[in-house]
Amino acid sequence: MQNQRIIGTPQDRVDGRAKVTGAAPYVADFAAGQPILQAHPVGSAIARGRILAMDTSRALAVPGVVEVFTHENRPRTSWFGSSWQDEVAPPGQPLRPLHDARILHSGQPIALVVAETYEAARHAANLVTVAYEEEAHHTDLGLRLGTAYVPPKTRSGTTPPPKPKGDVEAALAAAPVTHQARYSVAAEVHNAMEPHATTVIVEEGGALLIHDKIQGVMNTQATVCAIFGLAKEKVRVVTPYLGGGFGSGLRPHHQCFLAVMAALALNRSVKLVLPRDHQFFLAHRPQTEMLVALGATRDGKLTAIRHDAIAGTSTYEDHQEVVVNWTNLLYPAPNVSLSHKLVKLDIESPTDMRAPGAPIGLFAAESAMDELAEKLGMCPLQLRLVNHADTDEVSNKRHTSKELRAAYRMGAERFGWQGRPLAPRAMKDGHELVGWGMATGAWEAQMQTHHARVMLDGEGRATVGVATADIGTGTYTILTQIAAEALGLPMARVTVLLGDSLLPKAPVSGGSWTAASAGAAVDDACARLKAELLRLAQKKGRLLGATLEDLRFADGAMARWSDAGTAIPLADILGESGRDSLVADGKAGPDMLSQLRYSSHAHSAVFAEVRVDEALGQVRVTRMVQAVAAGRILNPKTARSQVIGGAVWGIGMALHEEAQEDHVLGRRMNHNLAEYHIPACADVPDIDVLFVEEHDPRTSPLGVKGLGEIGICGAPPAIANAVWHATGRRVRDLPMTIERVLGLKDTPA
Amino acid sequence: MPDDLSPRGPDLLSVPITVNGQERHMRLAPWTTLLDALRDTLGLSGSKKGCDHGQCGACTVILDGRRVNACLVLAASKEGSEVRTVEGLAAPDGTLHPLQQAFIAHDAFQCGYCTPGQLCSGVALLEEGHAKTPDEIREWMSGNLCRCGAYPNIVAAIGEVASR
Repeated sequence: MQNQRIIGTPQDRVDGRAKVTGAAPYVADFAAGQPILQAHPVGSAIARGRILAMDTSRALAVPGVVEVFTHENRPRTSWFGSSWQDEVAPPGQPLRPLHDARILHSGQPIALVVAETYEAARHAANLVTVAYEEEAHHTDLGLRLGTAYVPPKTRSGTTPPPKPKGDVEAALAAAPVTHQARYSVAAEVHNAMEPHATTVIVEEGGALLIHDKIQGVMNTQATVCAIFGLAKEKVRVVTPYLGGGFGSGLRPHHQCFLAVMAALALNRSVKLVLPRDHQFFLAHRPQTEMLVALGATRDGKLTAIRHDAIAGTSTYEDHQEVVVNWTNLLYPAPNVSLSHKLVKLDIESPTDMRAPGAPIGLFAAESAMDELAEKLGMCPLQLRLVNHADTDEVSNKRHTSKELRAAYRMGAERFGWQGRPLAPRAMKDGHELVGWGMATGAWEAQMQTHHARVMLDGEGRATVGVATADIGTGTYTILTQIAAEALGLPMARVTVLLGDSLLPKAPVSGGSWTAASAGAAVDDACARLKAELLRLAQKKGRLLGATLEDLRFADGAMARWSDAGTAIPLADILGESGRDSLVADGKAGPDMLSQLRYSSHAHSAVFAEVRVDEALGQVRVTRMVQAVAAGRILNPKTARSQVIGGAVWGIGMALHEEAQEDHVLGRRMNHNLAEYHIPACADVPDIDVLFVEEHDPRTSPLGVKGLGEIGICGAPPAIANAVWHATGRRVRDLPMTIERVLGLKDTPA
Repeated sequence: MPDDLSPRGPDLLSVPITVNGQERHMRLAPWTTLLDALRDTLGLSGSKKGCDHGQCGACTVILDGRRVNACLVLAASKEGSEVRTVEGLAAPDGTLHPLQQAFIAHDAFQCGYCTPGQLCSGVALLEEGHAKTPDEIREWMSGNLCRCGAYPNIVAAIGEVASR
């Protein structure tokens, strides 16, 4: 039997008041208004080469400047290059800021100015002069495709493409209907609204209190300890609020290293907030070139799938994402060939960005399916249904659950898909062409080992702690719901603490795994707390013979289901036992046995309407429906926001976002929010989110699959397919800028 | 042109500004922005720095009744002005402004970083009478970027308060 239902009900965010009053402290807000050193970085102006000489004398002469750090005077750090490898680092040698004179990418930090005021630090940073020895650089992926290689070491946590099946070339040659085309997605920059920042407070006795923009405080703690040779007890990382992460905060970035270095060297507290332009040289979604070939029978059944991807990475790390596997995950075929290769470029390492790999690969796959449907004269949705995968052919496992068919049906019905004309350019409204497109999204449901602690105090209030982060996803709120329901407490009597390295261990928050994993760990801790409460009660002669299943937790008390008169307030159990509080630890992680037999994914069916100004080539997304099958929905209110957020990212990827490179300088050109456009309020229509009922006890203990990524996965191809339907022009390169929509920019064949 | 362009350590200016109803006297270097003055001198960290270029709107405050990007305003040029920040939207007894309440009810934020600027823009928009239709709200709120993509909920929250 169940306690009163809180899980699954729409709840306001528990951190809402803190966020609407300006009280929630983000990294740069710590020590605001207090005397603290301010730091400003200097970035390399060249993409490849080395520093011959640096003159810091004019910077040092600025009143208020305390120190200028360069590779020539930096303090000693760990001798081992591997010490820079954080929890989620890809294979390779992470960038070691100020390590030596080598320049590995434009914008690489080469000096740090530390001053008494922000203004002095910023001004002095402009006075540092550098003499470089330049070397020829390569930043143009298109010119370097011939150097593509299969990464020799697979990145932990990613699945490389499976071995080929059948004979794709022969099957393509024999197929009565084929489609083949190249597709590309531009490099994108995360651009969370909060800049990357680190505030380091040097405490009495030399211990460090670090506030770092990180999606998992333990990653920063471990990396800082390894690089600087510090004991864990001397480094506490506290980041209760993150102003957006989207993957850019998975790894501790160079501003963290630089701020800690300066604080240790000067024995003073230091704040380093990276200026917006510096964030464009910190991390990005890799530019990716793809080729997709499909072969099908005349009734649309796929006989051959080929999907090859080549992505850019840095010269020093092999950043890898799952790009091509999705195609075969969604669609079975007897002949399949998938490949994912990298090209080394003189750029900073790419980093995971919301649903790394998936919307890139799905843009190509789902555009290609739309093109195949066009050749077959078939409804694109019908083609998906004909090729629906009942099992996961990539891993040869059954799905824990897959309500994608229901998602297609519900989404199509809500959107009004039926009656869509097959031919493009069939709908016009004034000067605008109207088009409808659809696509499928998928993201792997994952769990990672999380620990949790719950403490009940003598007042009957519960405090829950996990070292994970709420990056805007709603973790504070869903964990409050889970603990409140388990313990039978109103949500107002539960406090959740996150983002502190003193809390029970958790990995970075990413990959959509936090709700399933941290949620299950909290649930486990609560179950253990309840068992302990029962034990204490029975020691005092109460509820004798009862097991936990016999008990109902409600209104801060526990009672037999069968007899409300047996109710004992939880606080009384503590009081009778002479305790001020009671603590229980819980843990949850992936079920290895289940993982051997099953594969688990969230799915979405995305339907989009666009309006295209025929003369101006301007595309507006005017409607979007996302039907999502993602297991159990903990909080429909915050869940809807997650999917809407992903959909907005899909609009950005489809229409706006492109990190533009000046290949002569080897440097990003549009490194500001005016020239790198992220969707603004007027770019976004109302987005209709439907959740498909999906009962899945195998995917995770709470039946949760996670929602952080799924909203973006199918959105870019749905929009691209709608643009084709409106205009008859197939744009195979993202973003679909005006010149591409008007066909004014040549696309390589 | 002198060879050394280092600042000479200019005299600090005395800048009286009324912030959230309280007269504050600050001693500021002339190049200090209103945003940095609020955050670093007064310790009012509710207003956020997102880009420092007037491109994102996270630092929006209400200056003499008008929305401004505080990162583009030199504090010393606003002597005698009145500034309202996110910290000054709720009533002194803590009762939230109706728009703050609506933001919570409509889940009009996720990470919350752009929220102070969105709220200041939204409050000024309502006072200006620029929130008559959802399209009008979308247009007038497009100076405030939200990377979490809470826009549909922001439009709904402002629309609800406007319709009261």
